[in-house]
Amino acid sequence: MDFALSKKHEMARTLFKEFAETEVKPLAQEVDETEVFPAGTVEKMAKAGFMGIPVPKEYGGQGCDPLTYTMCVEELSKVCGTTGVIVSAHTSLCIDPIMTYGTEEQKQKYVVPLAKGEKLGAFALTEPGAGTDAQGAQTKAVLDGEEWVLNGSKCFITNGKVGDIYIVIAITDVTVDKRGRKKKSFSAFIVEKGTPGFSFGTKEKKMGIRGSATYELIFEDCRIPKENLLGPQGKGFPIAMHTLDGGRIGIAAQALGIAEGALDRAIEYTKERKQFGRTIAQQQNTQFKLADMAAKIEAAQLLVYKAAMAKATQKVYSVEAAKAKLFAAETAMAVTTEVVQLFGGYGYIREYDVERMMRDAKITEIYEGTSEVQRMVISGALLK
Amino acid sequence: MKIVVCIKQVPDTKGGVKFNPDGTLDRAAMLAIMNPDDKAGLEAALRIKEQTGAEVTVVTMGLPKAEEALREALAMGADKAVLVTDRVLGGADTWATSITVAGAIRNMEYDLIISGRQAIDGDTAQVGPQIAEHLGIPVISYAEEIKVEGDSVIVKRQYEDRYHEVKAKMPCLITALSELNVPRYMTPGGIFDAYDEKEVIVWGRNDLKDVDDSDIGLAGSPTKIAKASDKVRKGAGEKVTLDASESVTYIMDKLKEKHVI
Repeated sequence: MDFALSKKHEMARTLFKEFAETEVKPLAQEVDETEVFPAGTVEKMAKAGFMGIPVPKEYGGQGCDPLTYTMCVEELSKVCGTTGVIVSAHTSLCIDPIMTYGTEEQKQKYVVPLAKGEKLGAFALTEPGAGTDAQGAQTKAVLDGEEWVLNGSKCFITNGKVGDIYIVIAITDVTVDKRGRKKKSFSAFIVEKGTPGFSFGTKEKKMGIRGSATYELIFEDCRIPKENLLGPQGKGFPIAMHTLDGGRIGIAAQALGIAEGALDRAIEYTKERKQFGRTIAQQQNTQFKLADMAAKIEAAQLLVYKAAMAKATQKVYSVEAAKAKLFAAETAMAVTTEVVQLFGGYGYIREYDVERMMRDAKITEIYEGTSEVQRMVISGALLK
Repeated sequence: MKIVVCIKQVPDTKGGVKFNPDGTLDRAAMLAIMNPDDKAGLEAALRIKEQTGAEVTVVTMGLPKAEEALREALAMGADKAVLVTDRVLGGADTWATSITVAGAIRNMEYDLIISGRQAIDGDTAQVGPQIAEHLGIPVISYAEEIKVEGDSVIVKRQYEDRYHEVKAKMPCLITALSELNVPRYMTPGGIFDAYDEKEVIVWGRNDLKDVDDSDIGLAGSPTKIAKASDKVRKGAGEKVTLDASESVTYIMDKLKEKHVI
């Protein structure tokens, strides 16, 4: 068992760190304050190859592995949670299902421009009446000749409106079992922005990751070509669940990065801030807190990297992903809260990054499966 | 077209300069980076590659650790990399270094050689022009813009208040300023290729062409360092808030007091 990163992974981290410090960090506060999607940064990331890291070169990607991609999201999130989730949703939730379930034509048509960063991707499962319980979904797709006709709406969609390609999960069949209970069966579709009948509702105003574009998607007799069905008809739910397993590794990396970024700030600040004639870093209370945070963060990092390696080598990695996301997200929330406390009054002021980090951390316990869902996945495997 | 880019791995001065007790640089305690002027030279070469399909080879002389800088160059898009490393080459000054690098380049085909103007550790700006001299080719130093036109290069050569436009037939050597461009980032895929697909060729003393033993390493270096020391740190300045006319009087008084005027 070797915990050392290879030289190429070390060099990739150097690259991501340099990019994050130079291109992302100077904008992070402004992106949060103005709630404006950082389109310029996304353009730079596309040029640098960050939008298709784990995608094979023949599909326009970088030909790297999930671990490299994970480290990219981690380093970006250290300085800006918004930028981290843009890459994560695009790569894990849009490119990955097309790479896994798409036909050769779909990969050529959609993955190539997505992986090059010419187009941005998104994923739409959640609906106003259906979160964790996906059976509550209402959006339908009906086959009419050579076209699927979509009707319904999706909410809380990351990279909404700014995205070009959307993976949309919709009901394609309803069966009634012996006891008369209805069971919905879902399918996955690839929908392009600009398709008639596909529009965007309100932009959500959020607590954190405020530069990330979160929109409602509306489908009104939206007709898409028959060949835009992704994977087999009726397999939309397992496709969505498998996609979220990968997505959770990305969000776990985002949470890990936010926690690391907060600890970095705390180390700098506590060495400067003086109270009672000495720096607060010289007080044992601070030292113990820093030590606890560092230990938790490293444990989270090991879980996240293990999940990334599992994605590279295993067909199923649901439990690894759930453990990584659960622990990293709760670490991010605990660490950022503690760091704000160490900053005292300054921690509560918007001028300092840690206030933003605490708000950004909260979402990692909620989206792509709440912490409670991760516990269901983990315990489900223990008790089966 | 074939381009050779000379690079050097240098200590990153951003993290602060650290010294050994004997006054020499404590390189192990400092992060190592590709010298900024050299990186601009590499970027210039890569842009010429994009226009003309040129092949770009990077070469460095240094410790085995300097391989990292070459891998970075490969990850940015260079095609080949050569590391010249050998115990007998250690302790070289600019004379011995330029003879060594020229001895390595004699084994290569080239139309254009680009080096950085100077390295941030030595700041001599001598190695590039000396390599050209040893190879018997023209040199254009301080390039702030490079254009390739047929078998010639047209270079804007920087002066304090103007520039000269110089045209030279290739083969020739250009020394690059960091103002020449903003070097590209490596790409993640480029990094994987740099380690998985490309190789760093390692040469030793015996691979150098037309080089005398008396011209290499510490023994072949005419420069002898008597003493090296850190700069004496200045005390913190004085801050005063005054309006414009008061400021002038204040500064004039201070200058008179210190007998500057």
